[in-house]
Amino acid sequence: MKVTTKLWIGIGILILLSPLGLILPERFKAGDAWGEWGLDGIKELVGYIPQGLEKLAELWSAPLPDYAFKGWEEKGLGSLSFAYIISAIVGIAVVVLAAFLIGKLLSKKE
Amino acid sequence: MHIPDGYLGPATSGVMYAAMLPIWGLAARMVKETLNRRQVPLLAIAAAFSFLIMMFNVPIPGGTTGHAVGAVLAAILIGPWAACIAVSVALIVQALLFGDGGITAIGANCFNMAFIEVFAGYYIYKVISGSSAITSARRVIAAGIAGYAALNLAALTTAIMFGLQPLLQKTASGESLYCPYGLGVAIPAMLGEHLLIFGWVEAIVTALVVKYLQKQDARLLETLKEVRA
Repeated sequence: MKVTTKLWIGIGILILLSPLGLILPERFKAGDAWGEWGLDGIKELVGYIPQGLEKLAELWSAPLPDYAFKGWEEKGLGSLSFAYIISAIVGIAVVVLAAFLIGKLLSKKE
Repeated sequence: MHIPDGYLGPATSGVMYAAMLPIWGLAARMVKETLNRRQVPLLAIAAAFSFLIMMFNVPIPGGTTGHAVGAVLAAILIGPWAACIAVSVALIVQALLFGDGGITAIGANCFNMAFIEVFAGYYIYKVISGSSAITSARRVIAAGIAGYAALNLAALTTAIMFGLQPLLQKTASGESLYCPYGLGVAIPAMLGEHLLIFGWVEAIVTALVVKYLQKQDARLLETLKEVRA
């Protein structure tokens, strides 16, 4: 088997394992990454919501916010893990497509 | 390490976009000169791996989370210019589709993770590897050290961007308009957690994959020479 094939299989396995990135922080009661708090979180931390931050924070409405489906914020870890895997698949499909397109455009023909 | 919308003022976001545009342009030119068609799948794998490894949030119990970036691995595999493009693609998709990192901060996030980390990691790996054989243990260690150091450098530049905000924009009453924490808080917080935990994750991931590739097909690691030539 070609090594690139093995690497793609590795990526497939990692996709299935990706919910670990959701479950472990939950288990160990770890919160947001530093500097990535939501508006509520920041108010709790510093006592106010910076005015400019408040204006810009909701600027972009991502189709799969935080690697989940919209309106699924209150769902259990099982559903969220499922959404996480779907997000990984969608994200990687787009990334790979974009990378191949850019690669084809830029690479030398041999 | 993904700066969200609202944490950077327009000056910082603008400067970072302005910095990245010529870097992306140069990257496209360099890749055009050096990338062989058969290396394109590696570009896609590097981008996919970077995207995916960033989803593996590692917790500090009771504290924050963080993750590896895979940028140094990408640089070792396909060279720094192609890696810059690969990691940028991952970051842009994360921002647009998943709201991970702000769209106003794409320039800043790409600067930290797709430029600083990629190039720092690449040169550290190169210097430590020296002229050692492609399958030598020295290269595995070099990959680990490069991963650790470069991720921390990216954490530092990210922290500086955060920490500059209260200095740059303030209301009359002294509240920050954007990121509320100054350099004195941002740098120890960001650097501390990356030195302590997340840097090691990047180190281990980078070293393990390099070791795996040495065993499987060391020629993949030699593509670096062709890319540079």
